[in-house]
Amino acid sequence: MSQTTLNVKPEHPWKLTPKDLVTDLLGALFTLLSTLAIVGFSPLKGKLGFALTLIVMAIVTATVMSWIRLDRKAAVNSSTTVLVYIAASFVIMALASVLYEIIRLGAPGFSLSIFTKDMSETASDMPLTEGGLLHAVIGTAYIVTFATLIATPIGILTALYIVEVKGRFAGTVRFFVQAMSGVPSIVAGLFIFAFWMIQLGNSYSGIAGGFALTVLMIPTVARTAEEVLKLIPQDLREAGLALGATQWRTVAMVVIPAARSGLITAVILGIARVVGETAPLLLTIGGADAINLNPTAGNMSAFPYYVWKNLLIGSENAISRAWLGVFVLMILVLIFFALARYFGAAKGSRK
Amino acid sequence: MQEKKTIPSPRKITTEPRFTDKVFRGVVTSGGLIAGLLLGLIGFFLVFNGFEAMRSAGLSFLTGFDWVDAIPENGQAASYGIGAMLYGTIVTGILAMIMGVPVAVGTALFLSYYAPEWIKKPMVVVVDVMAAIPSIVYGLWGYFVLMPHAEYWAKLIHKYFGFIPFFDMPAPVFTRSPFIAGLVLAIMIIPIVTAVSREVFAQTPLERIQAAYALGATKWSMIKAVVFPYGRGGVIGGAMLGLGRALGETVAVYTVLNLVYDIRIEVLLSAGGSVASMIVNKFGEADPVELQALMGAGFVLFMVTLLVNFLANYIINKTARE
Amino acid sequence: MSNQNESGNREDNMSQMTGKQTSTSRPTPASGATRSLGDVASARTVNAGKPNSGGSGLEARGVHAWFGKKHVLEDISMDFATGTVTALIGPSGCGKSTFIRTLNRMHEFIPTAALAGQVLLDGKDVYEPGVDVTKIRLKVGMVFQKPNPFPSMTIKENVLSGLKLSQIKIENSDELLESCLKRAGLWDEVKDRLNEYGGSLSGGQQQRLCIARSLAVSPQVLLMDEPCSALDPGSTLRIEETIRELANTMSVVIVTHNMQQAARVSDYTGFFLSDGGPGRLVESATTVEIFTNPKQKRTEDYVSGRFG
Repeated sequence: MSQTTLNVKPEHPWKLTPKDLVTDLLGALFTLLSTLAIVGFSPLKGKLGFALTLIVMAIVTATVMSWIRLDRKAAVNSSTTVLVYIAASFVIMALASVLYEIIRLGAPGFSLSIFTKDMSETASDMPLTEGGLLHAVIGTAYIVTFATLIATPIGILTALYIVEVKGRFAGTVRFFVQAMSGVPSIVAGLFIFAFWMIQLGNSYSGIAGGFALTVLMIPTVARTAEEVLKLIPQDLREAGLALGATQWRTVAMVVIPAARSGLITAVILGIARVVGETAPLLLTIGGADAINLNPTAGNMSAFPYYVWKNLLIGSENAISRAWLGVFVLMILVLIFFALARYFGAAKGSRK
Repeated sequence: MQEKKTIPSPRKITTEPRFTDKVFRGVVTSGGLIAGLLLGLIGFFLVFNGFEAMRSAGLSFLTGFDWVDAIPENGQAASYGIGAMLYGTIVTGILAMIMGVPVAVGTALFLSYYAPEWIKKPMVVVVDVMAAIPSIVYGLWGYFVLMPHAEYWAKLIHKYFGFIPFFDMPAPVFTRSPFIAGLVLAIMIIPIVTAVSREVFAQTPLERIQAAYALGATKWSMIKAVVFPYGRGGVIGGAMLGLGRALGETVAVYTVLNLVYDIRIEVLLSAGGSVASMIVNKFGEADPVELQALMGAGFVLFMVTLLVNFLANYIINKTARE
Repeated sequence: MSNQNESGNREDNMSQMTGKQTSTSRPTPASGATRSLGDVASARTVNAGKPNSGGSGLEARGVHAWFGKKHVLEDISMDFATGTVTALIGPSGCGKSTFIRTLNRMHEFIPTAALAGQVLLDGKDVYEPGVDVTKIRLKVGMVFQKPNPFPSMTIKENVLSGLKLSQIKIENSDELLESCLKRAGLWDEVKDRLNEYGGSLSGGQQQRLCIARSLAVSPQVLLMDEPCSALDPGSTLRIEETIRELANTMSVVIVTHNMQQAARVSDYTGFFLSDGGPGRLVESATTVEIFTNPKQKRTEDYVSGRFG
């Protein structure tokens, strides 16, 4: 019996055979060539004509091939498969285009000197070697730090209220927080303007912008933290309580340490969500070209504001500045994104 | 029977939390309630500040097409109505859904049932990164990169489908149209619709999928018979969450949409509306009276998106529980 | 366990069975439960003994299966002729379910799965490249452990769903509907509520609905993976009757943990066992033989309840 075992090898007869693969490749080749031929000999022109013809030819080829090989139901299956792949490639192409253009148009203006100067003595129209975005760096740092300092405790307390305390309003709070994550960012800006400026009589400042971003950050932090806390096994809590610990000690010594990296992820995701927010800042920080070291008073700038302002100016150099701002902003967003994934993965691997 | 049985009534068990726990629960509860109340506060302050404008305009605040400041020298009274902007918001939102949802659902299907293992993870990252890109970036990209292409597409659509009233063109200006704004918004809502759809697709009971395959189903007929009926609520809810995002989007729409205080059905024409963009547009030079009207506009936008979101979350939660 | 056939060879068993076949019409399975398994098996109406020509029905030839590196099935060869019921018995984890899932190519849905050997349907290897797997699954139907009607479809739509899934158009769907439900023993219970949803039925009814659903595409073979394990005894008996009924026109392969059930419904029985390594087919013979006169000590130990 063991001899027969030696002779058989695990196989995967359901996987594509080289013959299937060749047929499929021929089909793809035919699609491409026929598309080129059709585009070449018909009035269809340009990238759009090519793309549309390619899509149509891909569907037609796949459908006909399956119909010949198998039957109608296989043909329907093949055409829908092509459509699904096309949908996914649309998404990839859109993102690739966005990232590519940001690098193409934003990277050339990048140098370390932009982090040493502000725009107080430079007009937007001047070449990009003049001036910089230090004022925006400082503004964004203030505003986001301020928002994080307020939104983190409130967000995590909210998650604790829903998951740990399970208070009377837990369901309602959960539902409201869920709905809050859909509040348009401009509305958050209007709210802070109405409350902080009109009602309390303050003027534009960094912390006003921070308040507006807080409103947008709380739901992200709260919802992610809620998910994280729910993943902590119930036995851990019961073990703590069974040792005679108070709920406070159990949460502080057992639950939160176990959920730490997840909670860090929640905060980072919150930061990534708000760091590029533009609309609420337009209503709250006033905007500035010079460095303002005082977050509590005076007009302040920020990355998104810097991009916005240069976009509206619209001259060639100003637009290059806008792309430069977007380039730096995207690097920042991607750093936070990578950090969130890193801490998220750490949580997964510990299990 | 004679024997009298006394059934004890259940004892009441009370827990008297320790002092630290009382403090703990108090702090946590107040934190939770702040977050819960925030939504109410937003609504309250917008109404409070916009009430005067909405009251004086009455229903025409919602239906009026004019946004005119008072000019005392001419004796012209201010007239603020967001009807055109509200209509434009809904049009671009619907266009975004029409173009974005099929792609998003296709992508979710791709991730759930079609993608080979090696491509799944990078593809999830692609969708997540798309969600993380700030709207100003989409605005810039939409204006400088997408619009030249989209303008050409719009011309083609007009050329071949111009007989349909929606694609008619009273004037040959194809830039900054609801179509282009819808296109940018479609890309912006794809991540959330994909994420929600994928989540419900993943919950499709395996035994039903196997039952369909065991009956000789192809992948597509299985999806049609099992995945779609099960995930329909989630897809609809996800699409509505996307709509909520699209309705409230501000700066991306501002760059690629020409705001015109008029109701037009021609979606390729450079004339559209967006409440959110209008707020940014008018905010800079608004006098106190106009500011009240803007607060009112913000309140309407808030209520509309809130309604859409409530509905979406309700549908999704219901599907998830099933 | 007393055993009157201890010394009898297979021929004797067969003649004995045929003899009993005439005298005993179908025994009520309930009474079977109180008798020895050997009696139950030999008392039952049997289709065994039909010529088992290699060209018809389903055959497994040296089937091995793996999940990742783990070898879970070793060298299984079995024939399933039309008109017979074959029961696969054995302790949990011995590979019975894996084995029947290789028969209609449901095995490959597990990403790490691998396979060796052949499964022949009408003499053709179902794993041959170029074979349309959906056609295989139409010919080799499957009923699962847990009843799984499609909840979004009515009873009628459920029964006809296989046709819809395969885009098969037929003329008189009402006739087919009725005949499938009748063969599954469900017609009388649901004929007035065909447009209600499948979820409104009881567990046993749902399972019979699933059987009717499998029948609608007229399979040659019906695989049943512990079809009664989630059901109450009454429903179990109804389904066992259905299985006997079906065996007149097709071959049925049933995985079961319940030896009473194997004895009640099957003509042939295969006993699977794994001693920590891959599952093997220890013994395969007529059901009577397995329960009365097993060749292998391990089979005897298992069927007499000494382990497993």
